[in-house]
Order: sequence, then structure tokens, then C-alpha cells
Amino acid sequence: EKKKKPLKKERWQGVAVYVAQVDGEIHPVTYELIGKAKELAGKLHQPVYALLIGSQVQAAAKELQHYGIDKIFVYDDPKLARFAIEPYTAVFERFIKQNKPNSILVGATTVGRQLAPRVAARMRTGLTADTTILDMDAKSTDLSQIRPAFGGNIIAHIVTPNNRPQMATVRYKVMDAAPRQEEISGEIVEKKINEKKLVSNEKIIDIIPKPAEQSIESADVLVAAGRGVKSKAELDQLKELANLLGGQLAGTRPLVENGWIDVRQQIGLSGRTVRPKLIICVGISGAIQFIAGMDNADNIVAINNDPKATIFKSAHYCLVGDQSDIIPQLIADIKARKGE
Amino acid sequence: MPGSSEVKVDPDTGLLIRDGDNVKMNPYDLFALETALRLKKEKGGEITVLSMGPQAAKAVIEEAFAMGADHGALLSDRRFGGADVLATSYALSQGIKALGDFDLILCGKQTTDGDTAQVGPEISEYLEIPAVANVTKIREVTDETMTVEMDMPNQLEVVEVAFPCLLTVEKDIYQPRLPSYVLKKATADRKIPIYSLDDMDDQDENNYGLSGSPTQVKKIFPPETNTTQTMLEGTAEEQAKKLTTTLADLKLI
Ligand SMILES: Cc1cc2nc3c(=O)[nH]c(=O)nc-3n(C[C@H](O)[C@H](O)[C@H](O)COP(=O)(O)OP(=O)(O)OC[C@H]3O[C@@H](n4cnc5c(N)ncnc54)[C@H](O)[C@@H]3O)c2cc1C
Ligand SMILES: Cc1cc2nc3c(=O)[nH]c(=O)nc-3n(C[C@H](O)[C@H](O)[C@H](O)COP(=O)(O)OP(=O)(O)OC[C@H]3O[C@@H](n4cnc5c(N)ncnc54)[C@H](O)[C@@H]3O)c2cc1C
Repeated sequence: EKKKKPLKKERWQGVAVYVAQVDGEIHPVTYELIGKAKELAGKLHQPVYALLIGSQVQAAAKELQHYGIDKIFVYDDPKLARFAIEPYTAVFERFIKQNKPNSILVGATTVGRQLAPRVAARMRTGLTADTTILDMDAKSTDLSQIRPAFGGNIIAHIVTPNNRPQMATVRYKVMDAAPRQEEISGEIVEKKINEKKLVSNEKIIDIIPKPAEQSIESADVLVAAGRGVKSKAELDQLKELANLLGGQLAGTRPLVENGWIDVRQQIGLSGRTVRPKLIICVGISGAIQFIAGMDNADNIVAINNDPKATIFKSAHYCLVGDQSDIIPQLIADIKARKGE
Repeated sequence: MPGSSEVKVDPDTGLLIRDGDNVKMNPYDLFALETALRLKKEKGGEITVLSMGPQAAKAVIEEAFAMGADHGALLSDRRFGGADVLATSYALSQGIKALGDFDLILCGKQTTDGDTAQVGPEISEYLEIPAVANVTKIREVTDETMTVEMDMPNQLEVVEVAFPCLLTVEKDIYQPRLPSYVLKKATADRKIPIYSLDDMDDQDENNYGLSGSPTQVKKIFPPETNTTQTMLEGTAEEQAKKLTTTLADLKLI
């Protein structure tokens, strides 16, 4: 039996963030990971790195200098213009071998979710998916990783004590973004990689913009209307509210029956089951057939003028009052906050 | 994987209680199998399903036979148990190598238990083949390549990938068929070979199961249920303000 070489943890220093970008546009999850990386690295008194892979990403690299990163490693090559698994993994591997980061955070974007595991397998190290809480143990330099699994039914605390780098993916809007600073800091380190490493067995033939997603099941935010919504004009306001929150309009069965919303927008037992981050139920009584379709939502807000309405039993945030008074105020406040 | 997403956690040890008799196919894998069946109908070839788990996992392979798969194999060995993503992917890649040549590996999007969506990409690394994830559509298949649509947040990328390769397919790429009673009866006696560590090319125990797993679960616990309710009181104006602040705190604005 071969014995594994003991790990020299002190050789692995710094917390690295993979910069999610498409055509030079940085995905905002990146700034959230930078915020967390600074906190984790601070506990170890070690540097924060960013890894930027792409083509013509100079402007993106400069933008990253506003976030207090120590070193921004840039691999810029026309062959890296679009994500392809083989060349991106090769670059990532090179970065890790040259810089030996203690930990690497990758946004759980469509790219991050395929790139991170491929890199983890190449490095023969652990990868914890969709972490929600990350902490650093200063003594052991082990990353403490908390994540939900089994559809959110259990939470696991995971460590990777005998391997480096420690890798974790994080979903968008889970961590707090690092604030942008006026002054610039940190060094941009431009790296070259051997062309032979950038060979790909994949060819991108076309890029098709997607039509905006319409199904209520995939929406992060839903505004659901019930019979307490009395006119088409009020319904239009709810649609405006949904748009402001980047979400969609949905509703109860009576609204489908009177033709105000499409059957595909109906939530409930004989409609769709939804699990958004936020659902705002407006003028809905809370019949079990409706509740069955939405009670797994992360945040449930109910607005109803009847304090005894059943919907309040399932709601996290309860507003007793007339929706026709509250909704216009709410729209104005959200617009003000968004600076519109 | 266990048949349901209702999990029980042993309150003393914090370990998962897995019900050995209740194994079902991961629902996301049905889409991968359906994709394979459609490709076979169009282009010919043979389909092998591979699973890793205790003997009871044979039931999953039998289910695949009843849908139309040609062959099956089960990786089963005590020494594979306790595997995390890395060790699971490694064992599966060794199993694939032991099965012989292939053109295409199809994986489901993720499991409904571990929920990581990492096993497919990690297998492709061990096999040193190109891989495309989030595949929503297969456009064209030639002798050397296939052209697929990869789902990206705001775009679809049309990618031509050379064989041999690995794809992870999205839910709804095709509607999975129901198992057929006729096929089930016809395949009832079909043998399912069992592969153990001794059949693998790499027989170093340290690379499999618990000892081959870099991640360790320190603890598992149920989520804190949010039974707390917040009343947002006041005039309509005050209520709206409170709700706006709450939504901002929750990063929903
Ligand atoms: C087999 C079966 C399947 C069903 N499937 C579904 C389903 O899939 N989905 C579904 O939704 N229903 C379904 N239903 C119907 C369901 O039982 C209820 O009838 C329906 O959900 C009620 O819709 P609602 O809450 O909009 O209306 P109501 O029950 O009439 O409630 C209206 C609410 O609005 C409040 N309100 C009134 N005015 C105001 C105001 N100005 N401001 C604030 N609040 C106000 C009232 O206090 C009341 O609580 C099903 C029923 C059956 C029998
Ligand atoms: C909530 C949760 C989240 C997790 N998140 C991650 C993560 O993000 N990343 C990561 O890498 N790991 C993750 N893990 C995996 C974790 O590291 C492993 O689950 C753990 O180390 C093994 O424990 P288990 O009881 O699940 O193993 P097991 O129940 O033994 O299962 C592990 C694997 O071994 C197989 N197996 C079991 N017995 C046999 C046998 N006799 N023959 C063949 N195969 C067998 C199973 O089918 C399964 O594929 C997570 C686990 C949990 C519970």
C-alpha cells in the first residue's frame, strides 16, 4: 500500500476568487465572493487573489482593482474568448500550481458549476457545492463549509482537512458584496500560457440570445394575485411590482377562471408548484389548494385586509390592510430605493 | 440514491439513515436515459447503464432495462462506500474504463440527494474527454461529432463536440418514457455484472470510498425552521416602508 505524502499546509497561502465573466462583463457574484475572500484571508493574514480568464478583459481587470484584491492574475488570449472546458481547466490548473492558494471560491453560475468540479478533479481535491456559510479556522487553515442538501431538508458542515486547495462554489446573492472603492489597489499580473495547452475538442458554432424566461416555476420572485384584487388596473400595478422585483405575476384559480391571468400562471394543486425566493400574496385567502403549491417559498409575504385570513398562518411577513392602499406606496418606495 | 428526498437523520450520530430497500432511479437520470434511447433509435448503437451502490441498486438497472437499455453494470464494493464527489467520480470513471470503449457518456443534471451536479464534470476529467453541461437540445449527430445547445444564463451556446465526450442533460430535454411491462418481463433474467475494486485498473484502495474522499462531513443537522412571523404594522405608508426595508435586507431588491 502506498502512503499518501503528508500535506504541507503552510505551502498553500491566500484565498482566490474565480472571476465569472462573459464577453468582459463581470458577473456580480464575483464581488460577493471577493467580499468573503477578504474576510477569510484576513483571518489568516494572507493575500486575496482574483483569477481572470478571457479575451480582451483589460477593462475588467482594471475594474477589479477597485475591490481591494492583492493580485489579479489575468490570462488573456483570443482562444479564451468564450468558455470551453478544456482550455479553461488548463489555465486554472496552471494558476493553482504557480500560486498554491489555500482556498478557491467559484460562483455557482452555469460556467462555475462545470469548471469548478473539473478543476477539483484535476487537483484531486474536495469541492463543496452551493455553500451558504464559509469560515476560516486560523489555526488549522481549514475552510469550514456549510451547505444545504436534499432539497434543503438537511444542512451539512463539510471540511477538507487533508487536501489543498480547498474549493467551494457559492450561489449568487448568498454572500455580501465587497464595496467598490474609489481608489485603486492591487497588482494586475498578466500571464501567458503555452498555446498547446489551449487546445479544445469543442467548437462554439453559434450564440443565440434567449427570450426572457416566462415560466413561473423558474422565477425567483413572484407576485401572486387573488380575488382581493378588484380591477384590471390593480392587476397591472401588481405586474409593475413584479417587474420592479425582477419577478413574474402569478395568481389563484379564480383569476384564471375570470380570464385575468393565463392558466400557466396559476399556483396550486391544480396549477403549478413554485419555490421562489420571494412570493408576495396579495388579496389571497390561503385555501389549502393554493398553499400546497407555494408553501416551500423562502420568503412569504401576505397582504390581506382580513386579519383572520388563513394565508397569514403560512406567511413570514404579514401586512393586514387594504392592498389598494399598500401596493402603490410599495411601488413608489422600491422605485426610490432603486434610484429610479 | 435513496428513493425519496425525505431524509432521516440519526439524532445521536448525525449520520443519514438510508433505507436500503427503497432505491429508485434518480429522477434527473431518467432524462439522460431517455436521451440515450432517442439517440439509439436514430443512430443505432448500444446503451449500457452504470450505477454504483450496494446490491439493492440493481433495481435501478432493472428499471432502465424496462425502459429499453441494452446492458447494465453495478459497481458494488464495501470499499466504495462513504465516497464523496471525488471518490464517486473516480470509481465511476474506473468502472467505465473497465466496461470498454464508448462514444458518449450521458449524465443527469444532478441527484436529488447530494444535489451537487459535480459528478458528471469530474468523471469527464478522469476520462480526459471533453464535456458539455446544461445541454437542453441535441441538434445533430455525425460519426465524429455531435452538436448540442448549452444553456447559459442569457444565451444558448451551440457547441460542436468531438467523440468521445460526456454530456450532462437538463431536465425536460425529452419527456422520459414509462417502463414497459413487456420489456420488464423480457429482461427479467438479464444478468447484471457486478464490478468490485478487484476489477478496476487502479486497485489502490486509498483512491476509493471514504479514504479517497477529501471532503468530510463534520456534522449534519436539520435546517432551522422559520416559524417566526413578523407583523408589519402601521398605516399603509408605514407598512410599505417596512416591507421595502425587509426586502432590501433580504437582498431581494
Ligand atoms: C379540487 C380543487 C382544486 C383547486 N385548485 C386550486 C389551485 O390550484 N389554485 C388555487 O388558487 N385555487 C384552487 N382551488 C380553489 C381554492 O379552493 C380557492 O377557492 C381559491 O384558492 C381562492 O382564491 P382567492 O384566495 O383568490 O379568493 P378568495 O378565497 O375569495 O380570497 C380573497 C381574499 O382577499 C381578501 N381581500 C378582499 N379585498 C381585499 C383588499 N382590498 N385588500 C386586501 N385583501 C383583500 C379577502 O379577505 C380574502 O381573504 C381549488 C379548489 C378545488 C376544489
Ligand atoms: C448534506 C450533505 C452534503 C454533501 N455535500 C458534498 C459536497 O458538496 N461535495 C462533496 O464532495 N461531497 C459532499 N457530501 C458527500 C460527503 O462527503 C459524503 O457523503 C460522505 O463522505 C460519505 O457519507 P455517506 O454516508 O453519504 O456515504 P454513502 O452512503 O456510503 O454513499 C456514498 C457513495 O458510495 C456509494 N456506496 C455506498 N455503499 C456502497 C457499496 N457497498 N458499493 C458501492 N458503492 C457504494 C453510494 O451509492 C454513494 O454513491 C455531502 C454529504 C451530505 C450528507
